[in-house]
Formats: sequence, C-alpha cells, structure tokens
Amino acid sequence: MADVNTAPAIGDLLLRLRGVGKQFGAVTALEGIDLDVHAGEVVALVGDNGAGKSTLVKVLAGVHQPTSGTIEYLGKQVTLDTPGKALEMGIATVFQDLALCENLDVVANLFLGHEISPWRMDEVQMEVRAWTLLKELAARIPSVREPVASLSGGQRQTVAIARSLLSDPQIIMLDEPTAALGVAQTAEVLNLIERVRARGHGVILISHNMEDVRAVADRIVVLRLGKNNGIFTAETSHQELVAAITGASENSVSRRAARKLEEMDEV
Amino acid sequence: MANTLQNGEKSVRLDQADTRVRQDAGLLGALRGFIDRVRSGDLGMLPVAIGLLLISIVFSLLNPVFLAPNNLVNLLFDAAAVGFIALGVVCVLLLGEIDLSIGSMSGLASAIIGVLWVNSGLPLIVAIAGALAMGALVGMLYGFLRNRFEMPSFVATLAGLLALLGLQLYILGPTGSINLPFTSPLVRFGQILIMPTWLSYLAAVIPGVLIVLGGMRTSQARTAANLSSTGMSVVIVKAAVLTLALVFAVYYLERGRGVPLMFGVFTLFVVLLNYALTRTQWGRSLFAVGGNAEAARRSGINVRRIRMSAFVACSTFAALGGVFAAARLASASQQAGSGDVNLNAIAAAVIGGTSLFGGRGSAWSALLGVLVIMAISNGLTLLNLSSSLRYMITGAVLAIAVIVDSLARRSRASHGRA
Repeated sequence: MADVNTAPAIGDLLLRLRGVGKQFGAVTALEGIDLDVHAGEVVALVGDNGAGKSTLVKVLAGVHQPTSGTIEYLGKQVTLDTPGKALEMGIATVFQDLALCENLDVVANLFLGHEISPWRMDEVQMEVRAWTLLKELAARIPSVREPVASLSGGQRQTVAIARSLLSDPQIIMLDEPTAALGVAQTAEVLNLIERVRARGHGVILISHNMEDVRAVADRIVVLRLGKNNGIFTAETSHQELVAAITGASENSVSRRAARKLEEMDEV
Repeated sequence: MANTLQNGEKSVRLDQADTRVRQDAGLLGALRGFIDRVRSGDLGMLPVAIGLLLISIVFSLLNPVFLAPNNLVNLLFDAAAVGFIALGVVCVLLLGEIDLSIGSMSGLASAIIGVLWVNSGLPLIVAIAGALAMGALVGMLYGFLRNRFEMPSFVATLAGLLALLGLQLYILGPTGSINLPFTSPLVRFGQILIMPTWLSYLAAVIPGVLIVLGGMRTSQARTAANLSSTGMSVVIVKAAVLTLALVFAVYYLERGRGVPLMFGVFTLFVVLLNYALTRTQWGRSLFAVGGNAEAARRSGINVRRIRMSAFVACSTFAALGGVFAAARLASASQQAGSGDVNLNAIAAAVIGGTSLFGGRGSAWSALLGVLVIMAISNGLTLLNLSSSLRYMITGAVLAIAVIVDSLARRSRASHGRA
C-alpha cells in the first residue's frame, strides 16, 4: 500500500532484467536474458517448448533463483528469494492451473489468505470490494456467492486474474491464460488483459497462441533455447514470429504462406 | 463507482446487476433456492432430519419408552461425550484427513484422569489439564508425521490407535480399572447435574433472538453497502421455527429430569466451533486446504500450520470427550474408548453432513449426527438386542451415510457445485 504515493506513471520502467541466467546442473535453462517491462504495457513472452518461458516466470515469481544477472525493480536492484517476497513487492502471478478452491465461493477465493479482519471476517466489505473489482474489469460473474465449481473456464480465469489484482501489484504475469478456453472466453480474457493494462499495470503474457499474442501485446519477446531471440511488435507477420521461435524460416507455415502468396499473384 | 450510482442506477443492487441470475427474494424465493440446492446434491441437514424422524417413528412404535422424557434425557447425557469427539473429527475431515485413534485417545484421557486425580490425589483441574495436554501433544505428533514425512493420516492414526491403547493399559496398571468418587463434582456433572429450568428456557430462546438481531444487522450493513439482502421475513420465520422447536424440546425434557448440563456445555462448544469455522480466517483456511491444498499454499496460507492445528484440535476434543465419558461412567477402565466409540464419532460427523472428502461440513453436523447415532444405539438397547446385532446395524448406518455422501458429491459435481 506504500506504493500508492510512488505509483509509477504509464510508460515508466517497472522491471529491468539484464543478463539473467539459470543453470539446472549441467543444463543451461536461461542465458543472458534481457527484459524490460513498463507500466501500462503488455509484454508477450513466446517461445517453443523448452525455450525457458516458464523458468523465467518462476524466476520472477520468486520460485527459482537466477544463477547470474541482475533484476531491477522500480529502479532498485532486488533479489526475489521467495514467492511471498515477489508478491509483497508487487509482482503477482496467475498460474496456468489458476489455483482456485472450487468448494469456496468467489469472495472467499479472492480474499483467501488476506481476509479482512481475520477474527471476525467482514463478509459485507469483502463482497463490496469483490464486486467493485469485478466491475472495474467488466467481468461477467453472475454471483460471487456461488462456489467457484459452478463457474465456466473463462469466469474462473477472470476470478484468478481479479485475485492477483487485489493486492494492487505493479506487474502481473499470466501463464497461458487462454490455453484451456473457448473462442468467446478467450476474447473475454483478452479484453480483461487490455483493461488491466489500462489500469496502468505492467503485464507479462505467456502464450503459445500467436493470434492472442498479436491481439494484445505491445511488444513480443521471443525466447529460443534459453536465449533472447529478438523483440517484435504486434505488426510482425506470423512467419517472422514462427521463424524466430523455431529458428528456421523453412517450415510448413512459411511454405503455405508462400503458396498463398503465389496463388494471389496468379489471380 | 459512486458516479455511476448517482446517475440513476441506485435501484440496481451491486450484486444484482447480472440479469442471468434468478434473484430469490422473500419466503418463496428462499424455499425455491432450498429445493434447488437439495436437487443438485447440496443436502445440508436434510438427511439428518429425515433420519431422526424415521428413527423416532420406528423405535417409538417398537417400544414406547423410547420417546419418554427421561429416556431422552439419558440419551443426551450419553451424547455429550461422543459429541465432543465428533467435533474434533469435523476439524480433520474438513481437511480431507482422518483420525482413527480418537477412541484410544479418549480412553487414554480417562485413564489419565483416574491416575492423576484418584490415584495420585492431584487436584481435578490439574488432571483434566494433563489429559488435554496429552491430547494436544498427540495431535502435534500426527501433524508432524503428516507434514514432515507425508505420512497418510490414515496410517499414522491407525498406529496411534494401538500405541495410545497400549499407553492407556500401561498407566492403568494391573488392576485395569479406577473408580471415580460418586460424590465428586465431575461425576455429578456426568450423571446428575441438569440445567436450571430458567436457564434451559433462556438457552432455548437465545438462538432465535440472536438470529433475528444478527439478521437485522447483516441486512442493514448490506443495504448500506448497496448489496441485496434476504428479506427479514425469511430470518423471522427461521428464528420462529427454531425457537418453537427448542422451547418444545426443553418443555418436553423438563417433564423428565431436564436438560443435562453436560449437553448444554457440549452445545456451547458446538456454537463456538461453528463461529471459528465460519467467521474466522482459520476456519476459512481449513475449508481452503480441504478443497485445494496447493491453491491454499499459493494464496499464502501456511498449510502445514493449518494441518497441525486441525490434528491438535481433534485429539484435544477427543481427550475432552474422554474426560466427559469418564464422568459419565464414573470410572476409568481398560474398556473406555474401545469398541464402537471410534466409529460412532466418525459416523456422527459424516451422518451430520461433513464430507469424508474434505472441504465441506459444519460444526452442527457433530451435534445432529451424534443425536442420530445415539438414538439408534439407545433404541436398539431398549429393544434388548444383543450387541452383535447392534454393531451390525450401526455399521450399516455408517455405510449408508457414506453412500449418501458419495452420491451427493457426484450429484454436486454434475450440477456444477463443489
């Protein structure tokens, strides 16, 4: 809450990674990673399986410790040694499996572990804050007093994102938020990401889905085999991205695109 | 927010903006919501209510003495000890864990009372404190085994069942039985003391008054916060029905000896545990860990500490139940806590509606479940059935309760309720 006075304006640098590396025994999972995240910006982190996306997320979430490099947060160099510390500093993570308690209702899930007045929980105040937050995100949750088990996948994703926002973080990391969702629900979550950006948070989005990434990301950071492999914008073509991710320009995607281009020329 | 509200949206409550949700208002709405919940497998207290009704009808037809006031008073005296143990069981079941050594723990506690108080001549209060401390210690051990070695509580407490029984036999020594003095306050508490008539009636009226007052306060707070509130009519009807039932129960028991003080104390603990489970962070954490331990951990809940606290609460309640059982029987013997005590306590919690699978339940399930179990055991005793038959019937009832729990769980899953 002390951050309120020093809240960074949109465009300020929140997080700066320089030369971050991570070794697991003989395996180099990350090497010399540079990454900047600004306030009010969506940075997409893309890469193939084993590119090091999840490792990087875990480093930022305080789950893993980097073996080299520096992490600067709000201009100060920091060490993130526990998940609790990362959360406290203002880096919230929405994990791929969401980590919700299905037997509890939405309000209980939002405030889990941070209930208002622990010895005599203030249900009314918690419910009001829950509704206010959900409205700000224009989230369509029918009732916050139903157990989470009765919500759809997209609604659960919304609850998980709302929960990460409750502690008013500077940066929120979303790990594959649309992987398990349908078309409408995916659109809903992408809308949600835009609203989170509009609130001035920095967003790190990890996704395999290039359509989603290009739809919301301001910058697209490609990782390949644990190294930076270029920074792109949403205007970058699909082939270019795939080429950066796979490291080869000659593949089925590029071939098909080339064929299409040829057909167009013939017509 | 405030701006949009002033622009003529005042009539729409914060939580009623979504038109897809049916808003159940008033008495009929509450009834409709209740029926919906039951149909989807959220049975709540319904099985217990039906069970108690069936049991009363069957047993009173077979033997009219069953419903005689003094028999019911006896039943309540018997219920308190097992009820305390069932309260502890609720705590561990909420986590999806189990404690199979509660019977042995209660037996050990009664043995400690006998040895410390009668044999060693220590003050009663010290003996009780010793028994409770032993319970807390055993619970810590279970919690440690579960947290440190990931030992399934099923196995840890099964080992504890034998070990505690051994300890009980060891400290009772070769005589194997210690009689507690009949004139002592503890035994009088366990066998004779009943609540004064005025206190009984007061206790019967207070819940209704509290429900109305609490309902009014919640309703005011919610309206002030621009949230919808269930109409006061529902609250008042609820309170009226409850008060009528309780006053009638007290009136009926007063025609016999009256309401046992021991049962009153038990009910007080049920209310306290209910508050802890529903209104405190600790209770919420129990439900969360029982529902999804990993999610609870990532939310910053110290899962190990919660587990530890549940095991400690369970064993301590079991020890307290053992003290009450010793008071009831006026003795500490090798038989205390053996036989069907274990299963009765677990069955009581499950029959009352606490799920074996974790994350669902309430303190009230211990109270209602123990009434069902004790009614069955009392009724069967009145019929002069041999203990062989009694065991079989009680076993069947437990099996049915677990089947109902499983079926309700499946139905809830298919209806999108946890």
